[in-house]
Amino acid sequence: MDKLVIAGKAYSSRLLVGTGKYKDFDETRAAVDASGAEIITVAIRRTNLGQNPEEPSLLDVLPPSQYTLLPNTAGCYTVDDAVRTLRLARELLDGHTLVKLEVLGDPKTLYPNMVETLKAAEILIREGFQVMVYTSDDPIAARQLEEIGCIAIMPLASLIGSGMGILNPWNLQIIIENAKVPVIVDAGVGTASDAAIAMELGCDGVLMNTAIAAARNPVLMASAMKKAVEAGREAYLAGRMPKKLYSASPSSPVEGVIGNMPRK
Amino acid sequence: MWKANFLGQRFCGATLWKMIQLIVNGQPQLVPSPDPGTDSGTTNDAMLNIRQLLEHMGLQGKRIAVERNGEIVPRSQFDQPMLANGDKLEIVVAVGGG
Repeated sequence: MDKLVIAGKAYSSRLLVGTGKYKDFDETRAAVDASGAEIITVAIRRTNLGQNPEEPSLLDVLPPSQYTLLPNTAGCYTVDDAVRTLRLARELLDGHTLVKLEVLGDPKTLYPNMVETLKAAEILIREGFQVMVYTSDDPIAARQLEEIGCIAIMPLASLIGSGMGILNPWNLQIIIENAKVPVIVDAGVGTASDAAIAMELGCDGVLMNTAIAAARNPVLMASAMKKAVEAGREAYLAGRMPKKLYSASPSSPVEGVIGNMPRK
Repeated sequence: MWKANFLGQRFCGATLWKMIQLIVNGQPQLVPSPDPGTDSGTTNDAMLNIRQLLEHMGLQGKRIAVERNGEIVPRSQFDQPMLANGDKLEIVVAVGGG
């Protein structure tokens, strides 16, 4: 079977989903289920002082026994914040070491800061974390992250939350061609066709949150994304026909047509 | 609530109380803590532990992780008396995120 292998574990689904921006936990759970995702990202945040202690927690709704949780460093702008956040995540999740690192450089665009990302990745890997890393679509940055030991390279297709789709398929192709670890498009997917395109390029998976959560019907979009990722993967494996301006080779037989051929 | 337990179980009314200030999740918090009085030493049984702090905050039984002054406090150390005036604590949970 065609499985996605992350840190030695095989997954049937190549769609990874975030759990943010949903109306409530019921919708989160329904969308995650409809997506078929086995790996789901979670954020680590301060407890609300004075919050209602009876409030359910995300981990009750999406238990670590049923999903592979991928704690992230969303919102971190420095090496120190990112590293501390994931140390807390490891403690919170009983020694869980699979993490998603992102170190942002700019609150307006949420573009990653690659210098800080590299430094944080080095520290985390030294401390035994298995780092899936959010990166710009710079093939050199991607290669450096792989060289220092990141276990998956996750380039943006366009900016986080933008829904602009795959803006630079050429860079993604170079990254995919060079990488020996899984390449997962993380950020920028807006609709199902974007996910299919990413997979057709040869990405090993797609990670998304807003494209599902901000759809008018998130659960239906989650289902669409599941199919798009599967379709894109199959199309990639099947190998598409070459593109050409026109073809002098129609699908139906040329012989036996009634009437006359037009002059060339 | 824990204050009563605390007094009842371990200090039997003989212990002095004081308020200490902790920075919890970036906010200054005044928290009652047993007063070591004339007992010397920086870490002793009369200091507040993490479990007591979590109870004070209504977070007992919640799935949380704690960092004290930049270092993780493993759950196995939640019963160790360690909290001193001015300590900076981060108490975190998992929430939805992408």
